[in-house]
Amino acid sequence: MVSVGKMRELYADMVTARYYEERLQEEYLEGKQPAFDISAGPIPGELHLAAGQEAAAAGVCHHLRPDDTVTAPHRPHHVAIAKGVDLKRMTAEIFGRKTGLGKGKGGHMHLFDPDVNFACSGIIAEGCPPAAGAALAAKKRNEDAVAVAFLGEGAIDQGAFLESLNFASVHDLPVVFVVEDNDWAISMPKERVTDVEDGSDRAAGFDMPGVRVDRDDALAVYEAAGEAVGRARDRNGPTLLEVQVHRRMGHFMGDPQAYRSDEDEEAALARDSIDRLESELRDHGVDDDGLAGIREDAEARVEEAIAWAKEQPQPAPEDAHDDVFVNPPSGVTTDEPEFELAEVNGDE
Amino acid sequence: MSESEGVVDRELTMSRAMVESIAHEMRENEEVFYMGEDVADYGGIFDSTQGLLDEFGRDRIMDVPISETAYLGAAVGAAQEGMRPIAELMFADFFGVAMDQIYNQLAKNTYMSGGNVNVPLVLTAAVGGTYNDAAQHSQTLYGTFAHVPGLKLVVPSTAYDAKGLMHNAIRDDDPVMYLFHKRLMGIGWMPAPDGPKTPVPETDYTIPFGSADVKREGDDVTVVTLGLHVHRALDAAESLAAEGIDAEVVDLRSLVPLDTETVLESVRKTGRLVVVDEDYRSFGVTGEIIARVADRDLDALDAVERVAVPDVPIPYARPMENEVIPDADDIEERVRAVLSAE
Repeated sequence: MVSVGKMRELYADMVTARYYEERLQEEYLEGKQPAFDISAGPIPGELHLAAGQEAAAAGVCHHLRPDDTVTAPHRPHHVAIAKGVDLKRMTAEIFGRKTGLGKGKGGHMHLFDPDVNFACSGIIAEGCPPAAGAALAAKKRNEDAVAVAFLGEGAIDQGAFLESLNFASVHDLPVVFVVEDNDWAISMPKERVTDVEDGSDRAAGFDMPGVRVDRDDALAVYEAAGEAVGRARDRNGPTLLEVQVHRRMGHFMGDPQAYRSDEDEEAALARDSIDRLESELRDHGVDDDGLAGIREDAEARVEEAIAWAKEQPQPAPEDAHDDVFVNPPSGVTTDEPEFELAEVNGDE
Repeated sequence: MSESEGVVDRELTMSRAMVESIAHEMRENEEVFYMGEDVADYGGIFDSTQGLLDEFGRDRIMDVPISETAYLGAAVGAAQEGMRPIAELMFADFFGVAMDQIYNQLAKNTYMSGGNVNVPLVLTAAVGGTYNDAAQHSQTLYGTFAHVPGLKLVVPSTAYDAKGLMHNAIRDDDPVMYLFHKRLMGIGWMPAPDGPKTPVPETDYTIPFGSADVKREGDDVTVVTLGLHVHRALDAAESLAAEGIDAEVVDLRSLVPLDTETVLESVRKTGRLVVVDEDYRSFGVTGEIIARVADRDLDALDAVERVAVPDVPIPYARPMENEVIPDADDIEERVRAVLSAE
């Protein structure tokens, strides 16, 4: 049974993530309209939002400590928020500012916050091997930290994922693989790319538990994740946990979703983990004022982060040349050619 | 004068031109099929397969799982059986996931079999930055693939070239990597410069690999480049013309095979060479072109410069991305530098 206090914490993270993404969407579209131009506006590049997937992130990450490692995929904001990534510096990174988590070099798909052991990658399933590696490090050092790799259901056919399951299993690593099943890999519905209905069935081939939470229920996720994370922390090996979530938006901002039926989109919008958790909270005596209070705090936190980020300085162009190495070899610079063959005296 | 000018009135975007040639080849040869991520219902994230599903159906326009090793390797296997697959990966940056299938199988099976096996496969992928998508979605990687023996490598810069090179690629009995720059495709959400939209004949035609195209004639300096940077070099040449500098712009169009002759011919005329590339500077296209010219005719060279991405991953934030990806100003500056070198 999840305590009301914990329910409130889960709810707070979920509404923070949802509101954060709504605000990012507004900021992102500024300057990109009326003719959508991906390279215009205050937020550069692609933007992949996770509205509808908050329950998976909150339900899992609330079992984690700062020294536990999380790797997230290209759709990382809800996971980052639940893991406790610095919201201001993450936002500054998304806005491409000098004080962002990666000094403006990584952007929204490539957020790294070593203070809470959070990283992500823009390449499908490629966060799985590093998560296994973090778990390996904990095991070798005899520490009780665990690692969690988040991935989408579209990634469960990928070699990096399957190889990581095997590697984690044969070495009994303290790692949990969390599949966020939102039914869509860009334009591909899952029934057209995998012959198993439940991604968690993949676990059977690797001698590890496979668990599926088949609804957007943060409390059910929290309970299932508690077992999986506890199992890892107690050195009983890895778990594959799949959570049914839903995709409220396109794959990326600007995706017209012509491949998706209206009915599918409406069905996704109709089921919402935040509504579900609200009714649970009401059942446990939290009234409208109580819910509104949590939401207002979340919104204030998001607004503060966005306002702070927008005040931050842009990186200088020449900053592009720093950080290729932490230990730059002497004599090598990237901002000047290493040699200039300015003149060849071929005629002399 | 470019060979693409004055052919017909009809103008196409680069993506439409590519699709037209693919559709033609698919009608002519039922062994040609197309598979990749989001190529069927979506029509290709970069419009590279728009409309093909309607005409050819799912058997021949295949969406695939996100399993690059499996489907790119399967394309190799089907090609070795004599089919003519076109396999698309939406970003060249993602090839690393399936690199063994590319650089150990696809590239080498012909050689290792002593020519008894061949792999008539076209690999297509989007390349390039200039839209702030950071280091895992913005690379060109021309040098990475051109470095491996056994892969032909094509990079169109206009709709006319895109169609002719695609016809040639599909008919070629060897593996061809066909890398198209996102910024040239004419996608709704990523505005293209004016240059890539050109007249395109409705009939099929081929452009042989290894035939560089002089996109602008000039007497003072030779600018050698490819892809998006053909258009940036042409912009630079226009600005330089106002200063009385007459730049010749050579579009390589393919890196393997490489048309060294056309480059040499131009350098013999101008004496000055500037090589422009959107790939990383070291061990790449710029070094290769300069080395070939130096090897073949050192006497023809009075001065050389190269313009490329310094050896850093592509940064996300706009000021830094603008710093590292060469623009027309960078090209103009290096052209002036070779002219003042004497």
